[in-house]
Amino acid sequence: MSTIKSLDDLKKIREQALQKQQLKETSGKKEVIVGMGTVGIAAGARETLKAILDMIESENLEDIIVRQTGNIGLDSFEPIVQVVLPGEEKVTYGKVTPEMARRIVQEHVVDGKVVTEYRIES
Amino acid sequence: MRELALHILDIAENSISAGATRVKITIEENFSDDLLIIKIEDNGKGMDAETVARITDPFVTSRTTRKVGLGIPFFKAAAEACQGTFAIQSEPGLGTRVEASFQHSHIDRMPLGDIISTLMTLIIGTPEVHWIFEYQVDEEVFIFDDEPIKQTLEGVSLSEPIVMKFIREALIEGIQSTSQPLEEVSQRI
Repeated sequence: MSTIKSLDDLKKIREQALQKQQLKETSGKKEVIVGMGTVGIAAGARETLKAILDMIESENLEDIIVRQTGNIGLDSFEPIVQVVLPGEEKVTYGKVTPEMARRIVQEHVVDGKVVTEYRIES
Repeated sequence: MRELALHILDIAENSISAGATRVKITIEENFSDDLLIIKIEDNGKGMDAETVARITDPFVTSRTTRKVGLGIPFFKAAAEACQGTFAIQSEPGLGTRVEASFQHSHIDRMPLGDIISTLMTLIIGTPEVHWIFEYQVDEEVFIFDDEPIKQTLEGVSLSEPIVMKFIREALIEGIQSTSQPLEEVSQRI
């Protein structure tokens, strides 16, 4: 491994993250899933996912799990983003641009309010 | 797709679908031989020879019992349009290895593109897979292996913002320290 970033740095990061986790009573993780099949990738799914990761990093949003998955099976609505909040049903969004993804993260994942105009039936 | 990094992402998705628990992505920029080589190797369920033929040339082979994607034919066409080669080796139960080579200086060779975003998508988005990334520019090599990172994190999620930042910066540092300054590269081409 020739990385300049060391695992010692990472150990400190881990301790920070654990301390924060202990302060909060975690009510379960929020999950954001982006479809990453061939059609999704061609439609810009990687950029949509990147917008989500960048927002989590820049706004320091904790306790969100971001996952990518193969084809969700709704080709004509790619890129697809799904949000699962603890204890709630999965919500599917279609044709999600990076701009829309940021709004979904803010309004749905952070504030808990479904962005109905982007929602599709899955 | 107008970026090799997007093709790499697409091929790696096949590895995930094949149930791989370990995927190695290699990018080799060999300026002395004017070659760019991309390899994706997995330990997924593999394919028999007939399946390999079908997914490589879906319009040539007759059997159409299962729907096949066009990701592999696109990637193959991209390599062959640049005086390159394309090969899939696969063994049922053992895994699959996809290798494409391109003439590095070929006018039609698409750029490598945003490899960091491709890697972040795979590493953060599929934490159950062990990812290894090797980037070689002539004699310089950068290897990123996410296993020690996951061991160190012990239960802290890769999606946590400070962890994500660490991984992204480690990748950027490694790739930048391996790449040659642009002037030098263009002289050598």
